Parts: sequence; C-alpha cells; structure tokens
Amino acid sequence: MKVVGLHIGLLAVLFALQFVLPAYHHGNLARIMVLASYAIGYNILFGYTGLLSLGHALFFAAGMYGMGLGIQHFDLPAAPALIAGVVSAALVSGGLALLALRTTGVAFMIVTLMFAQAGYLTILYFGEWTRGDEGFVIAQSARMIAGIDLSDPTNRYFAALILFSICLVVCLWLIRSPFGKTLIAIRENEERVTMLGYSTFAHKLGAMVVSGTLSGTAGATYGLLFGYAGASFASVQYSIFPLLWVLLGGAGTVLGPFVGTLFMFYLIDLSSGITSAYMLIAGVVLVLLTLFAPQGLMGELRRRFWKGLP
Amino acid sequence: MELGPYILLATLEGMITASVLALTAVGLSLVFGVMRVVNIAHGEFFMLGAVIAWCVAQMLGGHPAVGFAAALVIAPLLVGSLAIAADMTILKRLDYDPERTIVATIGLLYIIQQLTLMSFGPEARPVQPPFNTRIALPWFEMGADGFKLIWPWGLGTTTYKLFVIVAAAALLLAVRLMMTRTKIGLLMRATQADREMALAFGIPVERIYALVFGIGAGLAAMAAVLIVPIQQAHYLMGADPLLLSFIVVIIGGLGSLPGTVVAAILIGLSDGIISVFFSPTLAKILATLLVGLVLVFRPQGLFGIRSV
Repeated sequence: MKVVGLHIGLLAVLFALQFVLPAYHHGNLARIMVLASYAIGYNILFGYTGLLSLGHALFFAAGMYGMGLGIQHFDLPAAPALIAGVVSAALVSGGLALLALRTTGVAFMIVTLMFAQAGYLTILYFGEWTRGDEGFVIAQSARMIAGIDLSDPTNRYFAALILFSICLVVCLWLIRSPFGKTLIAIRENEERVTMLGYSTFAHKLGAMVVSGTLSGTAGATYGLLFGYAGASFASVQYSIFPLLWVLLGGAGTVLGPFVGTLFMFYLIDLSSGITSAYMLIAGVVLVLLTLFAPQGLMGELRRRFWKGLP
Repeated sequence: MELGPYILLATLEGMITASVLALTAVGLSLVFGVMRVVNIAHGEFFMLGAVIAWCVAQMLGGHPAVGFAAALVIAPLLVGSLAIAADMTILKRLDYDPERTIVATIGLLYIIQQLTLMSFGPEARPVQPPFNTRIALPWFEMGADGFKLIWPWGLGTTTYKLFVIVAAAALLLAVRLMMTRTKIGLLMRATQADREMALAFGIPVERIYALVFGIGAGLAAMAAVLIVPIQQAHYLMGADPLLLSFIVVIIGGLGSLPGTVVAAILIGLSDGIISVFFSPTLAKILATLLVGLVLVFRPQGLFGIRSV
C-alpha cells in the first residue's frame, strides 16, 4: 500500500508541477520524463535481470526512426507512426536478443555494443533516407494525435507524463508478477533458476523485448514531442546515458531511473553553461558511482531506511 | 592508374594500418589476457599518445626528428604512468570485477577525452614526420615488346611510412621476447594462467596487474606516436583504434597475442583494400557485424582456443 502510494504520489506531484514551474524547467521536465521512460526500460534488463547492455541506443533509435521515417516517407499520421516505432523497437530487440543472449557477461556487453554501433552506422549509410548526422525535423503538422498538437508545451508535458506513468506502472506491475520475480531470481543466481525448471532463455528474451520496446516507445515519443530525429540518438553515447542514469538513481529500483535522469540532466545542464566538455561530468560520475555507490541513490535509500522499496 | 598498382598502393597503406593496429591491439589483448579487464578507455590512451607527441614536438622545436625521438620515449612513459595510476586508484578497488571495470573504464574514457578537449582544444593538429623522402615504386607491364618495368604516376610511398612498418614489427618482437624470455614475462604468464596459484607462489599479482595495464596503455601510446605524423592529433581520434582493436582482439581470440597480430594484419590489409571498393561506412558496418557474430557463434575467436 505504501509502495503504491509512493508512486501515485510522485505522478501526482509531477502532474501538479506543471502549473508552477517556469517555462524553461517545464520543458526540461517533459524531456526528463521521456528520457526517464527510456531509463526505466533499460533498468528492466540491467537492474532486474542483471544483463548489462551497451546497445540500448539501438532500441531507442529503432523507435525514433520507425516513427520518424513512417511520417517522413510514408506520410503516416502521428498515431500509426508511433505504433510503427513501437513495433520496430520490439522487432529489433527481439532479433538482437535471439543473437546476443547466446552469450553472457562481457561478451554480451560487447555484442550489444557492436550491433548498436552497426545500427548507428547503418543510419549514417542510408543518409539519403535518414539524413544521417544532420537528422530531420518532423513537421509540426505531422505531430497531431486526435487533434491535439503535441508541439504545444502543455500538451507535450501531458504526453510525456502519460508515457512516464505507463512505463512506471508497467515496471511496477512487471516486477511484482511471477515473471518479474523470476527475472530477479535470474539476476541473483541463474543456475539455480535453471535447476528449478524455468527456461532462463525464454525469460531473458522476454525481459529484453519488454526493455527494448519500452526504450523504443520512449524514442518514438521523444521524436514526436520534440520534432527531431537524428543519428546522434543511435550513437554509443545514448547507450551509455541510460546506464549512467540507472546506476546513479539505483539499479533495480522502480524510481531509480527517474531520480538518476533528473539529477544527471540538471548536472549536465548546469555544467554545460561553464564548459563545452560537459561529458566530463558523466565520466566522473560513472567512475565515482562504480567506486563508492554501486547501489545508486535509491539503492542506498533502500539499504538504509526502507527495505521494502521496490 | 590501373587496378594492379592501385591494389599495391592499397596494400601498402593497409600494411601501415595493420602495423599500428597490431601494436594497439596487442596492448588491449595483453590487458584482457592477464587481467581479464576489457579496457574501453584504450582508445583514449592512444589519443593521449598522439597529443603528447604534438606537445613534445612543440616544446622542443628544432628538427622534427628530435621531437619525434623524444615523444617516442616520453609519450609511452607518461601514458603508462597515468594508466598505472588509474589501475591503482580505480580498477584495483573494484577488485577487477569484469562488468564494473567496463563501466569504470567508460567513465575514464570520457574523463580523458573531455579533459583533452578542455586543454588541447577541438582542432586537429599535425606533427612533422622526422624524415619523409618520397620513393616511387615500379610496376611491371606486359606490353607489345614483352615484360618491362614502369613507374606509374602516383604510385609511391615515403621513407617514413616504411619506417612505421619496421618500427611496429620491432616493437611487436620486443613484446614477444618480453613475454617469452624475461622474468617479468614469466610472472605475467603465470598470473594469466592462474591468479590464485600465482598469489600462492608469492607473485605480487597486484603489481603485475598495474604493470600490465601500464604496458598495454604504453603500447597504444607508442602506436599513436608512430601514426601521428601521417594522421593528425585530435581529441576524438581514439574511437576508431578502439573499435578496430576490439575487432582484432576478438577475431584473433581474446588474450592470444599471436592471434591478435595475425588478425591485425588481416583486418589492416582488408580495411585498406575494402575501402578502395566500398564506402568506409559500409566497411565499418560489416566489420562491427563480424565482431558481433564471431562473439555469438565462435566466442573463442577465429584463431583462439579460449572463450570469454
């Protein structure tokens, strides 16, 4: 009960915040909620299943380009384009899972990294369609769902909040379901889960598809809300970001991804005013986290104060 | 030019890529083999080598050869010490846990890269080669009057490029001799074979680890000093060597030094020749897919015997 209250409370606060926040932070928070949805997707694989992927940008970009190319080249309306993005992310993550899950540990990390890099280069290679690094702007006229203009700040905030709520609820529901409990068991001891008669491959496959689809949904929504799709969203950096956010917020916690994204976003936002080398902050935080707080913020909170925090 | 001389030229360029790549990749392979650490920051050690070569050349002035010779000594030492410091402050404290060290070296990558951006700046800066005489290369032709040598325009190389190949080969030989013939190499191999047993026999494993990490980074820096007169020093130049080294190390079999060298020559040559026929992006796509698929279907590498 306390758990449900906490998450509904957060969503209520986010809902209320939009009436008080100044325009700049209002826009930022919409962006953070979409990126946090991406991090929630990442956390399902990394935090709960214990598989460290270095290639989630592939799924984010699959969603973004599935949606963007649908609008750009097939003149789809926004809603079907969004669905196209979600479906393409599901397909890509399923395909990669079938290959990458044959490996474990370090090999899994490198395989996901390599396929994501291949995906990034493919986007550059078909520059005629994707406009490569430069990317393309999604016209405002195409960003309408049921007559609601998603480029309007208030609507955009609501859309981001809806996406974030869906991801949060899916994550909370998933980890309390038997499927999610099995995933956690796989993270803790894969051999034992196998011995108990579960198909760990099927569970990991499921986790990777759910994780990739959520990430892709975030990618598609990001493109739709902010009107831009570019190859940089498929680059290694965008695979590292969710790892960073989740590590900072706390891997294997439902709220960790949001907390991590929020912190990191403002940390980079503040430092980019001082120096152009803002990725330095990301590097320092990564090293410090692995050294001193592998549990992340919410993980520490769970360890010290609230054992039952999901 | 006709196709024949063209391929000869591509092969020569490929040999240069291959020799520098072999040095960089052997560094990565050594670190992985002995420490079981995947060093994502390896490309940044390479970049630092190039940047230091530029700085040394600027500071010393005079004839390019003076700066170059100094850089060849200073860059690996500096980069190696930096790597040893990183090993002792970060990797050691993580207990060399494979997954956590990857995350930490990703962090290290950004720290080194961005600090270079802040101090060295975003420009690409050239370094003068110590010597650079042009050599024209002959090509044969079967004409109406039989076999004869011709000197096609544009077919040639420079003494410096040949020097790079020779120097890299010498350095690789030195690494091999160090691993097989010296006490320290023996200690490294013992640590690689069985860490616990090595500890039990009183080998200072942690010092060996620090040394190996330093040597690995130093090799990358040395490779960069060799290549920087041909390319230019730039703060983002570490990405390609990292990717290529990964490809080489994985195809050659993780932790196997001879396999790494063979794979480097294979990849370096095919990279030069493939990019004559295909676009470089397509070549990179194929290469990354190859690495992924090799890891999935043949994790011991094409030549290796051990899996990850």
